[in-house]
Amino acid sequence: MIGLQHYLTLSAMLFVLSIAGIVINRRNLILLLMCIELMLLAVNFNFIAFSRYLGDDTGQVFVFFILTVAAAEAAIGLAILVVLFRNRRSINVQELNTMKG
Amino acid sequence: MYSYYLIIVLAPLAAAIVAGLFGRQIGRAGSHWITILAVGLSCAFSCLVLRNMFWGGAESENISVYTWAVTDGLNMEVGFLVDRLTALMMAVVTFVSLMVHVYTIGYMHDDPGYQRFFSYISLFTFSMLMLVMSNNFLQLFFGWEAVGLMSYLLIGFWFKRENAIFANLKAFLVNRLGDFGFILGISGIVMFTGSLDYAEVFARADSVAAQNIEVFSGTPWNAMTVICVLLFMGAMGKSAQAPLHVWLPDSMAGPTPISALIHAATMVTAGIFMVARMSPLFELSATALAVVIVIGAITAFFTGLLGIVQNDIKRVIAYSTLSQLGYMTVALGASAYGAAIFHLMTHAFFKSLLFLAAGSVIIALHHEQDIRKMGGLRKYMPITYWTALIGSLALIGFPGSSGFFSKDLLIEAVKESHWHGQGAVYWIAYLSVLLGVFVTALYSFRMFFLVFHGEERTDAKTRSHIHESPWVVTVPLVVLAVPSAIIGWITVEPILFDGFFGDAIVVRQGIDVLAHLKETIWHGSFALFLHAVQTPVFWLAAAGAFTAWFLYLKRPDIPATIKARFSGLYNLLDRKYYMDDLYIKGFAAGGRSIGNALWQKGDQLVIDGIIVNGTANSIGKLAGVMRQIQTGYLYTYAFAMIIGLTMLLSWLIWFR
Amino acid sequence: MLFHAVLFYLFSFVLIGAACGVIFSKNPVHSIMFLVLAFFQSAMLWLLVEAEFLAIVLVLVYVGAVMVLFLFVVMMLDINVEAVQRGMTRFAPVAIGVALLMAFELVQLIWLRSRAGAPPGGFEAYPEGYSNTKALGSVLYTEHVYAFEIAAVVLLLAIVAAITLTMRKRPGLKVQNIAAQVAVRAKDRLRVVKMDAEKKR
Repeated sequence: MIGLQHYLTLSAMLFVLSIAGIVINRRNLILLLMCIELMLLAVNFNFIAFSRYLGDDTGQVFVFFILTVAAAEAAIGLAILVVLFRNRRSINVQELNTMKG
Repeated sequence: MYSYYLIIVLAPLAAAIVAGLFGRQIGRAGSHWITILAVGLSCAFSCLVLRNMFWGGAESENISVYTWAVTDGLNMEVGFLVDRLTALMMAVVTFVSLMVHVYTIGYMHDDPGYQRFFSYISLFTFSMLMLVMSNNFLQLFFGWEAVGLMSYLLIGFWFKRENAIFANLKAFLVNRLGDFGFILGISGIVMFTGSLDYAEVFARADSVAAQNIEVFSGTPWNAMTVICVLLFMGAMGKSAQAPLHVWLPDSMAGPTPISALIHAATMVTAGIFMVARMSPLFELSATALAVVIVIGAITAFFTGLLGIVQNDIKRVIAYSTLSQLGYMTVALGASAYGAAIFHLMTHAFFKSLLFLAAGSVIIALHHEQDIRKMGGLRKYMPITYWTALIGSLALIGFPGSSGFFSKDLLIEAVKESHWHGQGAVYWIAYLSVLLGVFVTALYSFRMFFLVFHGEERTDAKTRSHIHESPWVVTVPLVVLAVPSAIIGWITVEPILFDGFFGDAIVVRQGIDVLAHLKETIWHGSFALFLHAVQTPVFWLAAAGAFTAWFLYLKRPDIPATIKARFSGLYNLLDRKYYMDDLYIKGFAAGGRSIGNALWQKGDQLVIDGIIVNGTANSIGKLAGVMRQIQTGYLYTYAFAMIIGLTMLLSWLIWFR
Repeated sequence: MLFHAVLFYLFSFVLIGAACGVIFSKNPVHSIMFLVLAFFQSAMLWLLVEAEFLAIVLVLVYVGAVMVLFLFVVMMLDINVEAVQRGMTRFAPVAIGVALLMAFELVQLIWLRSRAGAPPGGFEAYPEGYSNTKALGSVLYTEHVYAFEIAAVVLLLAIVAAITLTMRKRPGLKVQNIAAQVAVRAKDRLRVVKMDAEKKR
């Protein structure tokens, strides 16, 4: 019987994978953004699973909003990425350390 | 009379403000005229008030002038309580002040700070009047501190002289010590009675005396005793009683007129006045009175001894003042408040006379103050000589002089004050005042003979310039010499025996020594002479004067021999019982070293080193470590967040 | 029900595999393609729990718009794939350890701790004639209309922000200054000069 716990486990595995992706990744920022999308997907899984479990449609409405905001975030994030690439000719994560004190 | 009181107080204040702020505009003559006129006005009205009290039978008045704050039922007022005690003090203060104002014209003639000086002494007169006319403790404290401030400013008047600065600081600090007790006493009064007003406090005095206070837990003390001893601490500071007497001799670094005004006639007697004013409180505590009498007795005798070895003319008189203040305090302790105030009055006249005479000598010798370099001045300065003789005779209590009446009766009163018991307290008091008479005569006439008689030890250059002082100096001398000589005749009976003070002074039934004296030895002024000849007082004074004559005129070689023979004793006296050393090397240096230790160890090491800079340093070091973590790479921060999240999760799962 | 479980596990494994592909691919374009696959699998899984509307939206909006945007960017940026460094960061082992610990904890939380409260079991089936889209719409435009409006504003903001960020003035680009054109007056263009007639020498 596939139920709440299965979905939550799937979501947890997805989440942990995307975390590992963010930390391990040394290549480019786009991958970072993609991992964030994956992470949001994991969150959405949780929302939908709980929405079904509790029989409350509000959770699904929330997913709808998350999708909206994630789309906006992806648009702006990519725009920033483009500007960054124009300025530095690179999107390599290793070279982005201007925050170092 | 209300407007009279206001004028008496405010005229010197106005004059002081004008002379102080506009001294440059009105000039030297302008400032001395305005202050003398103001104080003269004040003096005239004070004498009018006293006359109304004395012969007009005017009632005492308690006037509230202005309420400047009310908090929690506590009224803070400016008010006047004018009764006979106050009226007498007002007359004495303004009269001596007037004489000193006039005298200052001559004494300070060439001083660049002329206007400033007049402003100060007028302001002092105002402060002293506020003190004596006050009807509440707050105004009393205001006047008390204000005269202390003026004393500080006037001792340090020549502020470029190092010893003057030392002396005024010393006077201020020692007075602080007394004032600390004083304000604690006032606080105690507010705590127990909830009022600052004299009348209300005195009305509730009995209930205070019935209560106890635990200053140290487990040792209940009578509340009234604690309050009175604390108040008396203030008096010890202001009236220079042992062991807080050390500031007065040093205060002679100030100009002579203020030595006469502040440190002989008025300010130093504020403590005596205050205790007399508080008689309804002190009468309720036998312990406090015993403290008062013992302190007074020690001061009277031992500071008198110091006067014998001093060579500075003003210091001799300063020690004499200390000794006489001791006498007054003893009288207070014996519940003979009237005798204390009476002696205060006569002392104000003859001691300011002596100071002004010494000032006259000092001017004539071009500011030479060492009596070993004087001598034989009698023929050069006849007026100064005769007035100084009157002053000295009054001081030693020569029969007929004002000092005779006050001092002889004071000693009689102490002798009769058996209620302290026949124990140590009584004998310390009585023997001190009795032997003090001999000492007083000895140092007074030692100084007198060394200055005015004997061989002329002045150098030739000075001698050619010696002449009698100008009239502005001699007139105050003569004017002060008159009351010094005769005021005792006139006032002894009404003040001491006819209940002049009325309600102003309260003495418990059964211990009123003055009433007792009235029955036993008082049969009129002449009868007192006859009685005096039969008492040791007269003969001790005579012996003192004779010893002075013998040692310093007849056989001037003997003092040196005595000095060599008893060098230990001499050193003890010369170093003033090492009291100054105790204060300066003990308390002051100790305080400084504690301060240094706190500064170096506490402030620099602990506060600056560990707490302030240490915080900064450790944050700097911590930041140095933390900076290694700040790689600037995005994934480092993300990873840190994730580690935090994991820890939170672990805590939720396993440790909650 | 068994068929349902088989489908779930199938889609799940493909999803996890796609996620791994996203992370470990060398080429960003491959990563994006794996991500598209992951989204498709998610949409399938959401259909399994009868969240049809969201499944469709995920495919249409995410795969149709956002992923295409990603592809555009990757291709536009001309990243030199070969030059990209390989290998893990210094603390990759630690990171993997933390990730495993977290996964372990989450699984423990989900399976062991919740046993008492939530009995494992399937979701309750919706009644006959239930429309997921209709149900969502009925709450979205009533209860959540305010949030809905804000979401619209957020999207507008994203459009404006993205355009503002990426637009730039190229040198040599000729543009009109419309404000200046509108504000021009006749006297700026035409100057009437009065002068005497000149004579020939």
